[in-house]
Amino acid sequence: MGAAHSASEEVRELVGKTGFSSDQIEQLHRRFKQLSGDQPTIRKENFNNVPDLELNPIRSKIVHAFFDNRNLRKGSSGLADEINFEDFLTIMSYFRPIDTTMDEEQVQLCRKEKLRFLFHMYDSDSDGRITLEEYRNVVEELLSGNPHIEKESARSIADGAMMEAASVCVGQMEPDQVYEGITFDDFLKIWQGIDIETKMHVRFLNMETIALCH
Amino acid sequence: MLGRGARGSGWGLLLALLLALGVLPRVRGVEEPGSAHEESQGFQVVTFKWPHVRDPYIIALWILVASLAKIGFHLSHKVTSVVPESVLLIVLGLVLGGIVWAADHIASFTLTPTVFFFYLLPPIVLDAGYFMPNRLFFGNLGTILLYAVIGTVWNAATTGLSLYGVFLSGLMGDLKVGLLDFLLFGSLIAAVDPVAVLAVFEEVHVNEVLFIIVFGESLLNDAVTVVLYNVFESFVTLGGDKVTGVDCVKGIVSFFVVSLGGTLVGVLFAFLLSLVTRFTKHVRIIEPGFVFVISYLSYLTSEMLSLSAILAITFCGICCQKYVKANISEQSATTVRYTMKMLASGAETIIFMFLGISAVNPLIWKWNTAFVLLTLVFISVYRAIGVVLQTWVLNRYRMVQLEIIDQVVMSYGGLRGAVAFALVVLLDEKKVKERNLFVSTTIIVVFFTVIFQGLTIKPLVQWLKVKRSEHREPKLNEKLHGRAFDHILSAIEDISGQIGHNYLRDKWSNFDRKFLSKILMRRSAQKSRDRILNVFHELNLKDAISYVAEGERRGSLAFIRSPSTDNMVNVDFSTPRPSTVEASVSYLLRENVSAVCLDMQSLEQRRRSIRDTEDMVTHHTLQQYLYKPRQEYKHLYSRHELTPSEDEKQDKEIFHRTMRKRLESFKSAKLGINQNKKAAKLYKRERAQKRRNSSIPNGKLPTESPMDNFTIKEKDLELSEPEEAPDYGAEMGGGIEFLANITQDATATDSPSGIDNPVFSPDEDLSILSRVPPWLSPGETVVPSQRARVQIPCSPGNFRRLAPFRLSNKSVDSFLQADGPSGPDGSEEQPHKTLPESTHM
Repeated sequence: MGAAHSASEEVRELVGKTGFSSDQIEQLHRRFKQLSGDQPTIRKENFNNVPDLELNPIRSKIVHAFFDNRNLRKGSSGLADEINFEDFLTIMSYFRPIDTTMDEEQVQLCRKEKLRFLFHMYDSDSDGRITLEEYRNVVEELLSGNPHIEKESARSIADGAMMEAASVCVGQMEPDQVYEGITFDDFLKIWQGIDIETKMHVRFLNMETIALCH
Repeated sequence: MLGRGARGSGWGLLLALLLALGVLPRVRGVEEPGSAHEESQGFQVVTFKWPHVRDPYIIALWILVASLAKIGFHLSHKVTSVVPESVLLIVLGLVLGGIVWAADHIASFTLTPTVFFFYLLPPIVLDAGYFMPNRLFFGNLGTILLYAVIGTVWNAATTGLSLYGVFLSGLMGDLKVGLLDFLLFGSLIAAVDPVAVLAVFEEVHVNEVLFIIVFGESLLNDAVTVVLYNVFESFVTLGGDKVTGVDCVKGIVSFFVVSLGGTLVGVLFAFLLSLVTRFTKHVRIIEPGFVFVISYLSYLTSEMLSLSAILAITFCGICCQKYVKANISEQSATTVRYTMKMLASGAETIIFMFLGISAVNPLIWKWNTAFVLLTLVFISVYRAIGVVLQTWVLNRYRMVQLEIIDQVVMSYGGLRGAVAFALVVLLDEKKVKERNLFVSTTIIVVFFTVIFQGLTIKPLVQWLKVKRSEHREPKLNEKLHGRAFDHILSAIEDISGQIGHNYLRDKWSNFDRKFLSKILMRRSAQKSRDRILNVFHELNLKDAISYVAEGERRGSLAFIRSPSTDNMVNVDFSTPRPSTVEASVSYLLRENVSAVCLDMQSLEQRRRSIRDTEDMVTHHTLQQYLYKPRQEYKHLYSRHELTPSEDEKQDKEIFHRTMRKRLESFKSAKLGINQNKKAAKLYKRERAQKRRNSSIPNGKLPTESPMDNFTIKEKDLELSEPEEAPDYGAEMGGGIEFLANITQDATATDSPSGIDNPVFSPDEDLSILSRVPPWLSPGETVVPSQRARVQIPCSPGNFRRLAPFRLSNKSVDSFLQADGPSGPDGSEEQPHKTLPESTHM
């Protein structure tokens, strides 16, 4: 049928765009429909239906990231109201494991993309800088899972981290210089030496990965 | 003769000891009839009772010899950097064994399986389990298990069968062995040995994934080894023809029972141990003992149930580490850490030395060139083949691929060791006719792998450019991002509806937080137990320590004048953004004011276990402000109380005061981001802490004497105006002048106040102490406390006066801002607020 044909066409297109295999896309599509309640788009409320997500301390940040135009490559700021399946895949593709066949340059590119996603999560006002305030917010949320840690100590940790970042990124500053926040370049610097490409990945279900290993 | 010269002194000592060992039994032999004779002559004042102490004495002497040998080895860095210690120990053992043999002509000291399995192996394995990087271990568990189970079975089977094949061809001559004997031999020689692997790999520093795979394999393959060994031994006993298929099935079943049972025993004991340590608050002194006793019991229990003892104690260590570390006090944790390392390292030393000694015994040697050489070839070749095959399978599933180079190292790192030796010695000569051949071959194999491969693995790793493990400082940012990462990943898995690694970890940690930790951790520990907090704390401590250390090391004019101080750094959050105003300089100022004392405070805190502040608070406050009169300052002896004895505290306090003073001057001397960062961090840390124990024990006091000091200095400052360094011209004068002043003082070496330049006046500190020991006369005892009380509030005047010094590293504007009205969050209140909180205690 024509519909089926166009569907597979669509899938092929998505494969090209996101790098997922068609199996994975089908899998994710099923999940997407489950989440959206068979609607073509997902709204923020839909994520409330994921029970396991409840416990996640930075849940709102993560959900937010799904609707972030920067991550969806649709604009430099702002939020989308709803996302369709392609957008969903776009977000998911940030977490695709790195292909073993990639060359060094591609790996670097991939790494940058992944980090950018992370960066956007911190930089909530999309001004290209993680300010202290933003950082504190994230850290507070991050530690909110532990009821014994007060806001105060979360803040001080964020401050400490910020200073550390400043010392890593700027090194020695001029006396009157002011460190305004972590820019993306700084962010890259902080992550230097951590092999994020091997860390930031989810095993998207394909038949191979159900296996016991890892 | 590597490093012969370097070890010369050690050798002499060793030889002397050894001769004593060799000669003493004879002396006894000669003496005994004589002494029996004398006994009849009535009561003797002094008797020589060598037989009475003989055994423990010899054991102690051997341990001493081994330890001294270690000292000897490390006299020369050249040797130890090339030759692994295990190799040196084996060689030493061979030499010692030769000497003993020459003296005695019986191999009186050998590594017996009982001693090895009951006393030497457990500490090593426990150490491995207790310090296991859990996340890494469980992250690679699949890989490790595959290597440990399939790999070991593969090694055992192929080696045994191939040897049997060669035997059938007649190359080995006439041996009284059957297929089962060969399989038995294969099973005991197949297992990679944890002791040998640890000994060699710890010195090589390959990357952590590679290390955990090889090491994890060596630990977990124990179950396989035990089962294979037992199965084949019973088969040999039964006789080859009577073995039925049922027995084989039983063997396979017993593998699961042994491995899972051993693990279960370990987990159960870990649970017990964690639970026990939760209630040891009042028996701090024996707290570390529980860790050892209970984990040892897990080992013995599973040995009793004929389960895998190594698995039991490994998993006991792995599972309990989190809770135990949280529960026991900081001192106990240190004790556990050191004791464990000491025991493990000692056991390892003894094992290798005795491996060498045991080899010197002509009675066990039976040479069969073909058998020995072929065994060596087979175990190396099959190990390599096994690794390649398994890795090929694994790499289809693994995210982090194991490269060819990794495979080479893994194959090459398949060291055999004392476990194989102990197992082969356990064989019964009546059942296994060629036991001696097996024993000698095992010794050769062990020596070959440990010595040859141990020697060459380091160059190999360098040559292959294997990714090394890099020791990186834990960074706060990394931890934070890492944490965020875990959550993101598990969220993505949730959203995409998969059950993956992250999902499982997330569920586990939730479960752990909700139930396990509640049961197994102290309430106070639950609070502060967070990895990020810990890193934060660690970093602060490290900063503080390195700060002091650096000051002391570089403590000279060079330090003060060092180029780094010229580049002033200002981490300043005073951005125009209204949101960040509260983090403005005034904030930093506050931090700076208390930063110095904080150094000591957090150090002290560490000593007295941050987590158990409940009982500390009152004591501390009292003892802070009320020094004990002289007569109360007496030494108490208590077996049950170690740390909180009063005098110690007082000493500590005095020490801290002095240190604080010294730090004060360091502080003003040392500039740069380090300080800013540290100061702020420490301050915050302290605030966080204060919230917990609602007191700042050390926080307020230091204002007292440093203040005096600084007032003096300020006068000097005026005088030293012209000294101002030209390059600082644009800067705010105060701090810099102060610096110059210090320099001047130091060069003059008269430093009247004695504390302005700490480096040049270490003795001076003492003299100050002796001049005004605050506790010396009962009359004075109250004074410090009163003064402390009066001065603590930090009146704005004081505050401002202090500011120039404290802020000497600040730029002009930041200082000015700081001096002005403080931020909206009421930083001025801070000092006031803290006072009543603690003084009313």
